[in-house]
Amino acid sequence: MTQALSPLKAEVSASLDEVTASVERDRLVDACRLLRDDSRLDFDLLRCLTVVDYNDHFQVVYHLFSLSKRHKLVLKTRTAGAGKPTVPSVVSVWRTADWYEREGRDLFGVMFDGHPKMEPLLLWEGFEGFPGRKSFPFHEYKEY
Amino acid sequence: MKGAPGKPPADGSKLPLPADRERQTAWTPAGPRAPAEQGITLGKGNVAQAGLYARAAPGIITARTEELFAWARKGSLWPLQFGLACCAIEMISTYMAHHDFDRLGVVTWPSPRQSDVMIVAGTVVKKMAEPIKLLYEQMPEPKWVIAMGSCASNGGPYYRSYSVVMGVDHIIPVDVYVPGCPPRPEALIDGILRLQEKIQEDAKQRGGAAAGPAPNALPPARPQAGTSRRA
Repeated sequence: MTQALSPLKAEVSASLDEVTASVERDRLVDACRLLRDDSRLDFDLLRCLTVVDYNDHFQVVYHLFSLSKRHKLVLKTRTAGAGKPTVPSVVSVWRTADWYEREGRDLFGVMFDGHPKMEPLLLWEGFEGFPGRKSFPFHEYKEY
Repeated sequence: MKGAPGKPPADGSKLPLPADRERQTAWTPAGPRAPAEQGITLGKGNVAQAGLYARAAPGIITARTEELFAWARKGSLWPLQFGLACCAIEMISTYMAHHDFDRLGVVTWPSPRQSDVMIVAGTVVKKMAEPIKLLYEQMPEPKWVIAMGSCASNGGPYYRSYSVVMGVDHIIPVDVYVPGCPPRPEALIDGILRLQEKIQEDAKQRGGAAAGPAPNALPPARPQAGTSRRA
């Protein structure tokens, strides 16, 4: 797998039964396409997409799985800056990323460049703030 | 006995009745009869009335329409069919054969237009508040609301969460609160029984008010010119 992953120029490590690869933000879509199309890797399923808040930056985590090869991979990337965090969208690679990315934008305010229809999924139009962020004020309740 | 049973005899005579049946159908002149003669057993709750009604039309019950309608309504409460969270699972199992809500006349109904009760089963998030309000307004009068579970009653485990309404009574009036997280089917059945009591009791209260004004009540307002509905 390390050999197949070499074109990614990614940091690959393995811990706790998970192979983790970190890639640069600019190479993300190319890396995802390679992971999906390479016959040795064949990651045809995006199981989960999450965002992690590290205060100074956000990390986007992709959990991949291959239905034919029965192996899995965790792909990580960093967003650009904490002010307006941005990563490229992977909807063109896996269609299921559509709702995951809308949820990530709802709860963390991470912008996914190239998403076909970026609308709130869980929250309603006009909601202020991002409840997934650590800076979100959880002790201020607004009466309905 | 002539002819096959059930068919009239060929010679036009009537079928003979059994002896006891003949005695029951025999005409007796109107007038007080002994209870035993009327087929009434004394001391079992169905005491014969000696009044005019009982003699002119036996078996007739008299009641105020208000209470009669309430009695009919409480026997066929149709809840609006929707569930919001895990409480809905308990509500569904209450409808199912094991607990059998149907025996109380509670039949789930998939439209607000014919529903009587709204069972708010689950967490009311702020995004869902408007649809719930709309559904409640679409239900015809008279209508009642049961808040099922902690979340629908006061927010429950989601107390002061950014996306949750702290109880459905913030948006619509609630008649019965069923506590539990989630309440067992027995608790929901108890909620329906409490609601039935409330419907009957409310009708009794309203009937009492209709029978005559309270001593210290204001006189009824007379319609002013121009305020009549048919003006």
